[in-house]
Amino acid sequence: MTDTASETLSVIIEREFPHPPEKIWRALTQPHLIEEWLMKNDLKPVVGERFNFHSEFLPNGSLDCEVLAVEPGSKLSYSWDSMSDNPAFSLKSVVTWTLTPTGNGTHLRMEQSGFRPDQKQAYAGAKFGWQNFLTKLDQVLARTE
Amino acid sequence: MQVRADIVFKSLSDPTRRALFERLCREGELTVWELTDAARVSQPAVSKHLGQLKSAGLVRGRRQGRETHYSAETKALKPLVDWLGFYAAFWREKFDALENLLNRMDQ
Repeated sequence: MTDTASETLSVIIEREFPHPPEKIWRALTQPHLIEEWLMKNDLKPVVGERFNFHSEFLPNGSLDCEVLAVEPGSKLSYSWDSMSDNPAFSLKSVVTWTLTPTGNGTHLRMEQSGFRPDQKQAYAGAKFGWQNFLTKLDQVLARTE
Repeated sequence: MQVRADIVFKSLSDPTRRALFERLCREGELTVWELTDAARVSQPAVSKHLGQLKSAGLVRGRRQGRETHYSAETKALKPLVDWLGFYAAFWREKFDALENLLNRMDQ
């Protein structure tokens, strides 16, 4: 095996929308609009601004975020961290939105990066003795699938 | 999937419930009395935690005579150990919601 600790995985979703980039940009950067499709938030599209997403379904009710890049109409990036007292539930990731104009609309790409394949083991070992538990659990899940 | 993850997260955020669940994963079927022995909490407290785990889909109970035998429903943990899978489904759903919003917004 190679150095898996430095490798990360991403979730990428891409979709073509029949709407101009400026309009999509508003839906991605104005808190009241973001809330309508994503989550309650207090985002300010300014690099370095910290903000939170709030949702009941999240392990500790909110996500800790920081704006990392803003290129109006074309690129928005923020950190997306879910820190929990339980290390097995913790996640540090980055969400990046890229808007590319097409003939009659916009190609929207979302990449959430930073998923570490070793993450659950690495964090789990720190507390609660979750390391063995989750390793075994993986085996159980593999069997039940 | 979101609802499921939410309930699972909340349910296992409690250390006593996590310990009970972990024991069921390790040892298979146990009664409330067997679980109480090692739990350091009272039997009614263990029963209450088991009820909570059951409603989260993490534990199932099998009635036999006057005893209920509890076992772990490990399939319910799928969203918990797989952030990647969780967010893949999450974002697909959010893209649908975004599309819906864009269709309602003014230019």
